[in-house]
Amino acid sequence: MAKLEVEITVNGEQHKLKVGSQERLLDTLRDKLKLTGTKEGCSVGECGACTVIVDDQAVNSCLVLTAQVDGSEIITVEGLESKSGLHPLQKAFIEKQAVQCGFCTPGMLMSALALLNTNPTPTKEEIKTALEGNLCRCTGYQQIIDAVEMAAEEWGV
Amino acid sequence: MAFKHVNKGVRRVDAYEKVTGKAKFGADLEFANMLHAKVLRTEYPHAEIKKIETAAAEGMPGVKGVFTAKDIPNNLFGVIVQDQQVLADKKVLLAGDGVAMAVAETEAQAAAALEKIEVEYRELEGIFDPLESRKEGALKLHPEKDDNQVIHHPLRKGDVEKGFAEADVILEREYTTQFIEHSYLEPEAVVVVPNGENHLVSVYGSIQNPYATRNAVSAVLEVELAEVRVIQNHIGGSFGGKDEVVSAMAARAAVMALKTGRPVKMVNSREESFTESYKRHPYHLTYKIGATKEGKLTAMEIEAVADSGGYACQTPFVTWRSVVQATGPYEVENVKTDTYGYYTNNPYTGAMRGYGSPQVIFAQESLMDELAAELGLEPVELRKRNMYSQGSVTASGQKLERHTVSLNEVMTKAMEAIDYKKKYEEYSGEQPGDKKKGIGLSISFRGCSLGAEAIDAAASVIQINKDGSVAVYSGLAENGQGLKTIFSQIAAEVLGVPMSEVEFKELDTSFTPDSGSTVASRATLIGGNAIKDAAEKLKGRIMDFAADKYDFKAEQLELKDGFLYDGQGNRLATFADLTGEMGNTGILMSAYGWYKSPPISWDEEKGSGNPYFTYVYGCQIAEVEVDTGTGELNVLNMAAAHDVGRAINPENVKGQIYGGVMMGLGYGIMEELEVRDGVIQGTNFHDYMIPTIKDMPDIKPVIVENPDPDGPFGAKSIGEPTLELGSAAIANAVAHASGRRIRSLPLNLERVLIGRALHKGGK
Repeated sequence: MAKLEVEITVNGEQHKLKVGSQERLLDTLRDKLKLTGTKEGCSVGECGACTVIVDDQAVNSCLVLTAQVDGSEIITVEGLESKSGLHPLQKAFIEKQAVQCGFCTPGMLMSALALLNTNPTPTKEEIKTALEGNLCRCTGYQQIIDAVEMAAEEWGV
Repeated sequence: MAFKHVNKGVRRVDAYEKVTGKAKFGADLEFANMLHAKVLRTEYPHAEIKKIETAAAEGMPGVKGVFTAKDIPNNLFGVIVQDQQVLADKKVLLAGDGVAMAVAETEAQAAAALEKIEVEYRELEGIFDPLESRKEGALKLHPEKDDNQVIHHPLRKGDVEKGFAEADVILEREYTTQFIEHSYLEPEAVVVVPNGENHLVSVYGSIQNPYATRNAVSAVLEVELAEVRVIQNHIGGSFGGKDEVVSAMAARAAVMALKTGRPVKMVNSREESFTESYKRHPYHLTYKIGATKEGKLTAMEIEAVADSGGYACQTPFVTWRSVVQATGPYEVENVKTDTYGYYTNNPYTGAMRGYGSPQVIFAQESLMDELAAELGLEPVELRKRNMYSQGSVTASGQKLERHTVSLNEVMTKAMEAIDYKKKYEEYSGEQPGDKKKGIGLSISFRGCSLGAEAIDAAASVIQINKDGSVAVYSGLAENGQGLKTIFSQIAAEVLGVPMSEVEFKELDTSFTPDSGSTVASRATLIGGNAIKDAAEKLKGRIMDFAADKYDFKAEQLELKDGFLYDGQGNRLATFADLTGEMGNTGILMSAYGWYKSPPISWDEEKGSGNPYFTYVYGCQIAEVEVDTGTGELNVLNMAAAHDVGRAINPENVKGQIYGGVMMGLGYGIMEELEVRDGVIQGTNFHDYMIPTIKDMPDIKPVIVENPDPDGPFGAKSIGEPTLELGSAAIANAVAHASGRRIRSLPLNLERVLIGRALHKGGK
């Protein structure tokens, strides 16, 4: 299979990669870059576990081919924590007990980050709309909403 | 009692790795030289295997082996009945049975090899309804058995004929429930590493019950338990689901790992997971109930028929829980209950959160509202006249006296939380327009832990290192529910150390003793007691040593915040210095903890005895809006009050309640795994809908605490009770709003609008 050369920035780090024309961004992240924080739950864009941020937008990385995102800036869950510590969203997810099994958590964090990046003061309904594509079978979602609300408040300060 | 760590909403000890992506789940694991494997599954629900041709597959690029039943040392396994095959040999019994497997350098190569395997089948007639399967002369699905019956649990109390003769009102009703997919977000994944670290095989992955998986792998490989090591850490949800299906996966991977001498990884796609995993049992329930005109129950006669699918799996125990809970939490003098499970060629059914209770509660709590309407009583009033109170005797003849029977308290608190009385009155009046509101409730009692299913004991190990750090090991597994945190809190509480000093370690069957399975909402209760036991043993040693060293009586000393205090509040030593010195003196600073449940009893012939040593009580109330013009059902608010004995971590308990209520909501109004002639219709989340964040009602969790004498710090159970009540509460609210009584789950658009499912023969 012909390989395509792409250049992507992932969590601030530049990568020059040779990828197959059918290679999903999810596989590039998990298999090539070993960023296994991004999860595969359904492979058809229904569960949101593979959500990452591509150029400020939350996308299902199982539905995106790596070749399509050449030149893009990508953020995964591994990119949230910085030298100055955990991101306010991560802190809030811990503080509000928004994590149970943790499999949906990376995708939830990414969808929430995309929301807060464009709308720093979301209403509860806007939070629900932003996270509608992320399934969670453990938490019943309430503490996830609480966490996003808390992060929005903390971040705003 | 003033607690330092227990009864506090402390943060989860495993949250950091989960919010940073550092937590490694099964599919994230990699080992040097690792191979990948895939399973070929049949599409036929019942067929004879005439021939399997693997030669072409074996020659495919990257392929290291193709295997069938003949390659499996012992092909039979099963937790209760050994009737399940690792790979089908002569016959397939359900669409999804594995028939062959291929292992290759890459997953794609393994999948490509499957395409080249040729299987010749002779299709057989199938049975897809347990009511057909039970008929005399029905085709026998397991020829070695007398008939298709997996199990029958009878229960007899008093004389139902006499009871019905005393009744002024008798109702007979039928209810049905559906197949449910666990829908854990993480599809099953295992890696088996051969010949390492003094074990024949080491098994890693998304394993709910490491000891059950070890049993299965050792039985299949025909090797000693000590040769099989199972290591469990992070698992992406289970809810009862990652037991037998993962054991089969681990056994297959283990066979291939030994054949190839290399680590073998298997990861299911979502479609493979839907196809192969076991489901929640659909039930067909027939209830007959008698009551006096004053609303006193006189008799109940119940028949529950469960679809076991192709294998027995956990049907014998699932249906046993049904028999204990079938009458609900009501005093009834005369009871006759028969619970059955039958083989069919449907997907097999096993453990799922609730375990045989959600089905009977849907029926019996719907029936109570139907009876209340018939008697002209309010639903709450009928319940109050019959429900258990302190000292009540259950259908099996158990007197409820060792613990607090708190039904009235949970019901009252749930009603207050949602403003039930006002809303009930308001919605009972005339409502103009198509949109009608209603409110409904349901209550339950639930036996904690395994009960008479099996020996109920668990172990722990606590080790204090020379720097005062505390390592905690448990034989029960974190499944996402928060076990690591709860057990760490209990250890910290007893030892008087900060939570930061406690390190919960991954479960390794080569180190921690067999503690049975992490099921039946037993972890906090049974496992928590085992943690407490180990911590108290160590604390005893520390106190004895300190009393001697500082010349105090042991009871005058206190361990708190990582220090040893005398009775006057003076610090004598740090925990680290003290325990370090003990270690250097040659004192053993590790302890095994063990807890075995108090005695229980069960007479299987009569269905009598004390099946559980304690119970929990719950009440859930749903407020709904029904559009009678379109059938659209909107659950607006729910209140959930649960007596947990003592909340070790109230924030965690709330998380269990929110999650359980939402899973119950899915069960009640949207989820239905459609199975047509044994074949699942739609094997991913675009066909099978689970609740999203937009389906959330406003949920009010109410934690009720009546400490149990047998629980660690009084704690009991919360995981399963949270999901067993919702469907009945919603069905009752829908009936209250619209006047339409729906007796089949789920209450989807068509059932709410026209009273039945749209498909042919739909109920």
